[in-house]
Amino acid sequence: MAGAVQSVFKAAHVPVEFETFDLSSYNPATDGNKLKQAMDSIKRNKIALKGILHTPVSRLGHISLNVGMRKDLDIYASLSLIRNMDGKWATRQQNVDIAMIRENTEGEYSGLEHAPVAGVVESLKVVTREKTERIARFAFDFALKNGRKKVTCIHKANIMKLGDGLFLKTCREIAKEYESSGIKFEDMIVDNASMQLVSRPSQFDVIVCGNLYGNILSNIGAALIGGPGIVPGANIGRNYAVFEPGCRHVGASIKGSNTANPTALLLSSIHMLRSLELDDHADRISKALHKVLAEGKVLTPDLDGKATTTDFTKEIIANL
Amino acid sequence: MFRLRNNVSRVVSARRTFANTTNDQGTFAPNGYRVVSMIPGDGIGPEISRSVKQIFEADKVPIVWEDVNVTPVLKNGKTAIPDEALHSINRNKIALKGPLETPIGKGHVSLNLTLRRTFDLFANVRPCKSIVGYKTPFDNVDTVLIRENTEGEYSGIEHTVVDGVVQSIKLITEEASRRVSEYAFEYARSIGRKNVTIVHKANIQKQADGLFLATALDVAKNYPDIKVQDALLDRVCLQIVQDPTDFSDTVMVMPNLYGDILSDLGAGLIGGLGLTPSGNIGRKASIFESVHGTAPDIAGKDLANPTALLLSSVMMLRHMKLDAHAERIQKAVLKTIAEGQFRTGDLGGKATNTQFTQAVIKNLH
Repeated sequence: MAGAVQSVFKAAHVPVEFETFDLSSYNPATDGNKLKQAMDSIKRNKIALKGILHTPVSRLGHISLNVGMRKDLDIYASLSLIRNMDGKWATRQQNVDIAMIRENTEGEYSGLEHAPVAGVVESLKVVTREKTERIARFAFDFALKNGRKKVTCIHKANIMKLGDGLFLKTCREIAKEYESSGIKFEDMIVDNASMQLVSRPSQFDVIVCGNLYGNILSNIGAALIGGPGIVPGANIGRNYAVFEPGCRHVGASIKGSNTANPTALLLSSIHMLRSLELDDHADRISKALHKVLAEGKVLTPDLDGKATTTDFTKEIIANL
Repeated sequence: MFRLRNNVSRVVSARRTFANTTNDQGTFAPNGYRVVSMIPGDGIGPEISRSVKQIFEADKVPIVWEDVNVTPVLKNGKTAIPDEALHSINRNKIALKGPLETPIGKGHVSLNLTLRRTFDLFANVRPCKSIVGYKTPFDNVDTVLIRENTEGEYSGIEHTVVDGVVQSIKLITEEASRRVSEYAFEYARSIGRKNVTIVHKANIQKQADGLFLATALDVAKNYPDIKVQDALLDRVCLQIVQDPTDFSDTVMVMPNLYGDILSDLGAGLIGGLGLTPSGNIGRKASIFESVHGTAPDIAGKDLANPTALLLSSVMMLRHMKLDAHAERIQKAVLKTIAEGQFRTGDLGGKATNTQFTQAVIKNLH
């Protein structure tokens, strides 16, 4: 998929040079300082484009590379844009246009767990006012800058009265600062939000939530519009921005089969170009991509097509 | 040798668990009918409970209802469920329950939570099946989900470390993971499903969900006839919305919060909480309930849809091994909705609760 982006960028004469790092089967024992090199590169360049890294289910030490990177770079806001696109593939719902903003550095992904005795495990979910404030501000600023009207905070404060209670209370306080700008604030319990998302998704505009709920809701959202292959995203912090597909699935089952849909990564790269103020290039690629999607002649199997990643990429290049 | 003995004791303890969750205990009326506690609940509760009673009577279901009032009383300065209600459920071991109003404000423990704790209701069973005649963007949904009901993210253990920093503890124990997993495999077997899917986030919560997963996989060894698989929560969310039929031959089992979210998601797929039944299975009793709200806006107006409570009562009948009655009542309810003439307002119809109930009774025969 990264190859698709590079081919398209080259064809569109995008004045961007990639420093490429393959961390796909990164093994700390044998791969030496490859991860360090990649992280240093991001720190130097401040901006990156990234595919999805697989986290094995294992109780032995593997810290998720994705989680580690987000914490290390403090890229605290994860953005997924879930929106129906023009196209002929089957979708469950129409009129979906949701920006999901997920806190990326704490919550259920704290990694703090222990077993006081055998057979009993405590896993700590950490919620802080500081990090909630900055994610809430990010969400409201996003709404303001992008002409969105409403921010909905998703939580489970009826059960986790202190943890999610703090999240909700902090969002409410920040909301007051944006009230005069006409941004509405609502809140919804996560189980109800999941139900509403599949039955009446058009009621949502911007969603702000903690780490795990964002993981859940972005997947539900992606499923409504045609799958993770077309959901772009970004992880943004004070100093760095890492653009990556907004619904994180490695697609291990189709790996290497040249059938993956590079749309999510391409859309993410378009957002990257905009943040680099390369709007002309962004527009050209975006137009070509959307044209190919809307025509529906050359699509990957996830969008009911038969084309390979290579064919799809070539078609976009032909439409530039 | 040690391992062998260990396995034997495990099998015995499994059996003991299920002895308590079937129906050899309880109370019986002089005519031999089993007594069932009925908690009509608040709001539309009394109306939908009345529908259930009328339909049961028409089908000559061999049970006797014992109405119990769970309006909270003050006990040592705290709200609590009246003793009489607790005694009734304790005696009868089985109950049907309508929606309850949970008082808002500090210091009130939710009544549902109290019931869950008092009767050790460890497994919440939530089937979701598309209703013919009520169209949603999702056809052919037929999922069954079992949620661990006593710990996980609902442990209630939280504290503020310093101002602005909160830790909430998710508690996973082998014991609770084992009993809910055992129930899931037993349930899969009892409804003829060939697979059990363990839903988790063990890639992130390696120890907590790791323990849940490892325990469930260990339990699976005692059920060679059932195929076990595991799936990440986010993957399941994606897949169940993309194509719910992927889950038509499995029973999903998972920790508390994931079950809470996925069960409501499932309800969303088929048209809402007004159409989904729920059963809480416990060691000391089992309580079947509708999980929708009290709908105060239409309470007392004869407009409520009793489907969720009816389908819950059908689950209850199956639990009591009264399968013929369960089958007949379920068919009549679904037929009434499919026919469309007597649908209630929430399903786009104009019928009253009474008209719907009468139509179901007519369809019993």
